[in-house]
Amino acid sequence: MTALEDITRDEASLTRFLHGLPGVDAVGLEQRAAGLATRSIKKASKRTAIDLAISMVDLTTLEGADTAGKVRTLCAKARRPDPDYPEVPSVGAVCVYPDLAGLAVGELEGTGVGVASVATAFPAGRAARAVKLADVATAVEAGASEVDMVIDRGAFLSGNYGLVFEEIREVKRACGTAHLKVILETGELATYDNARRASWLALLAGADFVKTSTGKVSPAATLPVTHVLLQAVADWHALTGQLRGVKPAGGIRDTKTAIRYLVAVREVAGEQWLDPALFRFGASSLLNDLLMQRRTQFDGHYSGPDYVTVD
Amino acid sequence: MSDRVTVAKTYKLYLGGSFPRSESGRTYAVTDAQDRFLANAAQASRKDVRDAVSAARKAFPGWSGVTAYNRGQVLYRVAEMLEGRREQFVSAVRDSEGASNAASIVDTAIDRWVWYAGWTDKIATVLGAANPVAGPYFSFTVPEPTGVVGVFAPQHSALLGLVSVLAPVLAAGNTAVVLTSSARPLPAITLSEVLATSDVPGGVVNVLTGDTGELAGHLAAHADVNALDLCGAPADQAGELERAAAETVKRVLPAPASEPDWTRRPDIKRLRALTEAKTVWHPTGM
Repeated sequence: MTALEDITRDEASLTRFLHGLPGVDAVGLEQRAAGLATRSIKKASKRTAIDLAISMVDLTTLEGADTAGKVRTLCAKARRPDPDYPEVPSVGAVCVYPDLAGLAVGELEGTGVGVASVATAFPAGRAARAVKLADVATAVEAGASEVDMVIDRGAFLSGNYGLVFEEIREVKRACGTAHLKVILETGELATYDNARRASWLALLAGADFVKTSTGKVSPAATLPVTHVLLQAVADWHALTGQLRGVKPAGGIRDTKTAIRYLVAVREVAGEQWLDPALFRFGASSLLNDLLMQRRTQFDGHYSGPDYVTVD
Repeated sequence: MSDRVTVAKTYKLYLGGSFPRSESGRTYAVTDAQDRFLANAAQASRKDVRDAVSAARKAFPGWSGVTAYNRGQVLYRVAEMLEGRREQFVSAVRDSEGASNAASIVDTAIDRWVWYAGWTDKIATVLGAANPVAGPYFSFTVPEPTGVVGVFAPQHSALLGLVSVLAPVLAAGNTAVVLTSSARPLPAITLSEVLATSDVPGGVVNVLTGDTGELAGHLAAHADVNALDLCGAPADQAGELERAAAETVKRVLPAPASEPDWTRRPDIKRLRALTEAKTVWHPTGM
């Protein structure tokens, strides 16, 4: 394989590289994803998986109606998801809009829970470059430790890879020490081949994480598309030795689904990725289901929504 | 001449408005009073109980939210359909219970259903009140449905007994997870076929056939169940079930010493037991 600098030298070589990536066998991929999803995880493994999944949740609120109060409650829940069981791990991060990031940073100081802020005119990404960078700057100045950016899907779909690449690179620069998650919005990319190309594009441009979706477009995260992203980071690791993460977001609502994703992580990327530093779930209602399932495991009877907080 | 092969039926569960097999894939043979084979029924498992409770919980806001009058109409429609399938119920009861007076049992069951259907829009008036208080307030008490009710159907009276415990649950606006009589599940299955084609929304009634003893503990301990009617619970488990229910503060209708005489005229005890009194204070603006 050509050296990375050669690939990213100009738009023509970037396009040549991305279109030279092996195509995704859609039927085979979906079959494999469905096959792995039938694996049964029980008892101690299930308990471990639930705790791991809790520590991987990016507890998210991305609504126009978000208030400071709502973010504070969310942070309290992120710190200690189930007050009846203090041994439940904290979640990975809280994910909010940039204007609320500062508040979340204050609430979570010293807890080890990260603050992720969406930026670059989330969710559409339809704004001038300067506006997007200013958005990132707001989040970073507020102290966000992770920035979730959206790619320009319009440019990507019209084959303007250079533009998308440049944008991710500039955002990465603006992030400073903050981790950059690049949202591909696979629901709008139409094919698995595009999802693979977009993943590589983001990784080449310096993304620390590739993330499937904003959660505002249907379909959001699916198992097969997450397989594609996981394969991309695994290939990237094989090529460069660098570890990059994956974050499926949107539509993951219950423990059963979350565990299926963990199986996919283990089987496609590898055991190393079963770590909150390399795999996250972008979700809001998932946490409650994980907590109910956890209670079911420890209480010995089924739990109910009356026993977890209302978000 | 009757060399036609009998069509042996294998019935399924009634869960969330559809008829799935048991998650466990198990079935068991149901026999009549003389131990002759009648049909196969699904043998529900712990996970079916869980699925039934989630379905009932999901259906609760809708069913408890419609007007009492509308609920009455829907239940009356069920009675009409029971009447339409009267012959089928008579034979189901005769086969299951070996009763010679099956026809009169079915008639009583249908009348019982109509009786409860009539109560839906009267409960609030009878159990509610405008309370006299010394202060510038109106104080009202209104009965509200308890929530998801786990119903242990009577083991002997498979239709009339079932109707007598299920209809009040629905009339009060609750949703139900029914564990049918273990040995005589067929009338309950036929009833669920009626409910599925009536206007009762899917999930309001969920019918699980199988071994009551096996499922009882899981239903009684489930934290998302709000009340239990232990009418048909196994006698040796009754105390244990009440203790399990207490863990998550469920309302419990205790198991009777022996199965009551269902032909007796009903009263509103069950309606009262499965509603919660909500009292509202409202300033009069003086």
